[in-house]
Amino acid sequence: MAVSVPTSLAEAVSLLSGAPDSVVLAGGTDLMVEANSGHRQIASVIAIDRVPELRTWGVDVVRRNLWIGSGVPYSTVMQPGIASLVPALAQASRTVGSPQIRHVGTIGGNLGTCSPAGDTLPVLAALDARVHLASVSGERSVGFDEFMVGVKRTSRRPDELITGVTIPILNGWQGYSKVGVRNAMVIATASSCLAVDTDGRSVRIGLGSVGPVIIRCGEAEQWISGRVDWSELSVSNADVDEFGLRCGAAARPIDDHRSTAAYRRRAVEVLAARQLRRAFPNG
Amino acid sequence: MGYPVTDSEVLIGRRNGLIGDSVIRPDGVEKVRGEFRFASDLPMEGALWGATLRSLHPHARIKRLDVTPAWAIPGVEAIITAEDVPGKSTYGLIFADQPVFASDVVRYVGEPIAAVAADHPETCRKALAAIVVEYELLEPLTDPERAVDGSHPPIHPDGNVIRHQRVLCGDSSATGPVVVEGSYEMGMQDQAFLGLEAALALPDPGGAGVELHVATQAMHEDLHQIAACLGLPEDKVRLVLAGVGGAFGGREDLSLQVHTCLLALRTGRPVRVHYGREESFLGHIHRHPATIWMRHHATSDGRIVKIEARFLLDGGAYASTSSAVLVNAVTHAQGPYVCHNAVVDGWSVRTNNPPCGAMRGFGVVQACFAHEGQMDKLAAACGLSPVEVRLRNAMRTGDRLITGQVIENVAPVERCIRETDALPLPDEPIGGYGDDPMRLPGGAGLTADRSHIRRGIGWGVAIKNMMYSEGFDDYSTARCVLEDGVATLKFATAEVGQGFVTIAQQIARTLLGVDEVRLDRIDTTIGSAGSTSASRQTWMSGGAVDMACRRVRERLFEHVGQLWATDPIRLVIEGDCVVDTVDPARRISVSDATSGVRLAETAEYHHPPTEPLDENGQGACHTAFAFVAHRAVVDVDPQLGLVKVVQIATAQDIGVALNPLSVIGQLEGGIAQGLGLAVMEEIVMQDGRIRNPSFTDYLLPTFLDMPAVLASLIEEPDPRAPLGAKGVGEPPCISVTPAIVAAIRDAIGKDLHRVPVRPQDICL
Repeated sequence: MAVSVPTSLAEAVSLLSGAPDSVVLAGGTDLMVEANSGHRQIASVIAIDRVPELRTWGVDVVRRNLWIGSGVPYSTVMQPGIASLVPALAQASRTVGSPQIRHVGTIGGNLGTCSPAGDTLPVLAALDARVHLASVSGERSVGFDEFMVGVKRTSRRPDELITGVTIPILNGWQGYSKVGVRNAMVIATASSCLAVDTDGRSVRIGLGSVGPVIIRCGEAEQWISGRVDWSELSVSNADVDEFGLRCGAAARPIDDHRSTAAYRRRAVEVLAARQLRRAFPNG
Repeated sequence: MGYPVTDSEVLIGRRNGLIGDSVIRPDGVEKVRGEFRFASDLPMEGALWGATLRSLHPHARIKRLDVTPAWAIPGVEAIITAEDVPGKSTYGLIFADQPVFASDVVRYVGEPIAAVAADHPETCRKALAAIVVEYELLEPLTDPERAVDGSHPPIHPDGNVIRHQRVLCGDSSATGPVVVEGSYEMGMQDQAFLGLEAALALPDPGGAGVELHVATQAMHEDLHQIAACLGLPEDKVRLVLAGVGGAFGGREDLSLQVHTCLLALRTGRPVRVHYGREESFLGHIHRHPATIWMRHHATSDGRIVKIEARFLLDGGAYASTSSAVLVNAVTHAQGPYVCHNAVVDGWSVRTNNPPCGAMRGFGVVQACFAHEGQMDKLAAACGLSPVEVRLRNAMRTGDRLITGQVIENVAPVERCIRETDALPLPDEPIGGYGDDPMRLPGGAGLTADRSHIRRGIGWGVAIKNMMYSEGFDDYSTARCVLEDGVATLKFATAEVGQGFVTIAQQIARTLLGVDEVRLDRIDTTIGSAGSTSASRQTWMSGGAVDMACRRVRERLFEHVGQLWATDPIRLVIEGDCVVDTVDPARRISVSDATSGVRLAETAEYHHPPTEPLDENGQGACHTAFAFVAHRAVVDVDPQLGLVKVVQIATAQDIGVALNPLSVIGQLEGGIAQGLGLAVMEEIVMQDGRIRNPSFTDYLLPTFLDMPAVLASLIEEPDPRAPLGAKGVGEPPCISVTPAIVAAIRDAIGKDLHRVPVRPQDICL
């Protein structure tokens, strides 16, 4: 097995373009599990943990965007620097695995694996984040909804490296909630990120583990955005309940060994309603 | 034998810890620092690796097995199948019904078919993939009811019913004004020990014998079965205990032992086999899933008149200890309560599910979940509190069980309940005073606010037998050597993490007045100590060590008596000296007294004999009993079905705390395991296949799920126990499970009859 350890972004992109069947290794928290279990045959590896450009994050104050490099670990996302700008992303990062996992696992890895249970993905979906990709033929970015196309399937070309995400910084409440059978260190049975854009007077919600991709509840979002009293920042109890039901209706959950479709639907109904009430504490 | 295996090292305890002290383990620091050598860490230059080919199907006929393609892979040194087993082709703890390798039919997913030895684990993997197995699929029997009703043809020559046992007691037509009835269900729990199965086999020259270093919990039980399958005399098979990372019953049955030895004998080279986590789920037995029906008849003031019960335990493909687990279940159906009339029927049956056998609690976990559910129903029907109904029925020493056996042990059931009740309830509100999300159900997932949560309180009380039953003489052996002021203990007691090594040193220090107690290698060069199970080693091997040390002490007194020309009866140990009680100024240190002297004694401890059960379940079949009570406080999110166990209060009948720290460790560990069974631990089966053979999906409680534990140790020395101490290992995990479920019921006002309780059971 060939292992390359590039030390610059240009070198990493060049290596990947030259050997697009390589797997990209960052924290290894998904990849090594697959490799050790024998579920994945690996011919060559490009280890990107020494590419400094991928481990940076920063704020574009003009565009009101946050940039997070794909090699930034969850433990960094949980720090106040990022957490104060996108608290939902920090909350989601806190629910990933154990402290050891969070120190090495990265945002780019969550995107690269792109499991419907990926914890940061509902946040990136709800916030309309853009995913940045680079290859020798250039850079491009795609909206999260175009990036994730199925269960562990993305629109990334094999020669493209995920370099990071840009996330709009919003005014308004946002939060991530996750249901698992254990109170920490557990894969999501169902999860939800709700984000309010007070300036744009919109409510967005992304649901995880209840469909093949992260589900944005467009109809429910539009409906509730029209029901919120934006001057009072309040919403009625009846509308909170109705919002939960509408989000549940948008879910496409399945039965598997972790839970049932019926429970997952109920869980996102409850999470959506509770998050909306947290966002607008006034009835 | 010149293999440079490391285990000749001895553990040396220099601490001045006597019986009753909270001595830390001799291997504790090493374990905390990650330096302890577990079975998978044994160094061996030049050893081959072994691996096992396993069935992919729950029930199939092997039409063709072709290993020749695997021989083409460079580095493959041996390939063995059923044809290569020189001795007995089957093994088993009670009935030898399980093939070393399946030859004609496979009966569960994961059943071994062949094993290979090669130069590298990767070579092994390739070799296993190259072996061709053609199956003819047969209809799997996965519903245990079909084994009872006879609607499925036998899947094994021994038939589909492993054992049927009834217990008939008193007047079967008796009844009372209050009748409560319930059906209960328990999923399949895994022992989930952290140290995976591992062994290293070292062949003797010419294949005359073999030495096996293995993580096991029953050295001599392994030895008998291995030697029979290898076709070797027992003195040609030597077992050495390798570092064991937990057992909980899951190492009572053989797993990799025979395969590893066969590969070593076939190649003439050392062979090591290590299981990964997924293979471990396939490779060892589990706790029996159970369906239980019970009906209690009682007086209007809540006193039990009669119990009726039906137990069905799914034993999986092979018998393992299913028949003994069943006896435990049916004979503990009454719980720790007086009952004069009973009609109990139980079956343990064979299916094409994974084999089930011993796990901490051994049949009593299943019975207790049901009888405690019934006690709460009885309390509600009679308008009594959960505490009051249990107090009214609590059994005492001298009471007769439904088997006719009289409880001769100390039986402080009432005290267990009262002392648990006296422990304070949590003084903090739901979620605590701070804003730590980990204090709420859902934890890090931030799913709930305080206003969403309801709190419940629940009770569980248990009786648990100790040692083996039904006439089995599960004795234990120990040797003590006292020389130059140092005691050395030798036994074959498997130290699996429970702390016997610590207790053994404490016994010797206390009896012999020495500080330094060396522990010789744990191996089969001494007589059997029996299995580290059934809460028995403190009683049994503790009894053997105690007896051996007392005999050495008599020899010491005789020796000093001769030196002083004094009657040895006048001598005692005081501190580290032998002292003349008549003339206390006359003293000699044990060290000086044994300078150049070697005093050695070997002792065998046997517990009082027991009887088999007759066809009506009558007979004094159990050796001894211990009791425990648990009270659980649980916060529940009724809408999401998530729970947070807030506090467990417990009082346990332990006889004597030989090592209070170690006792608390057992209590807390048992509570964690019982909590796991209550709300998360389950092997999810579908059509005979395990859906979640990993710790990603088989969820164990972590530190963050562990509640505060308040414990009261009830110390009433049991005159029948050699040290006054009862076993403490199993009771903690038994009644905590029903207590937690009762607390959830209390919080949400909904009947729950199955464990683990899943979120959807609560909220849908």
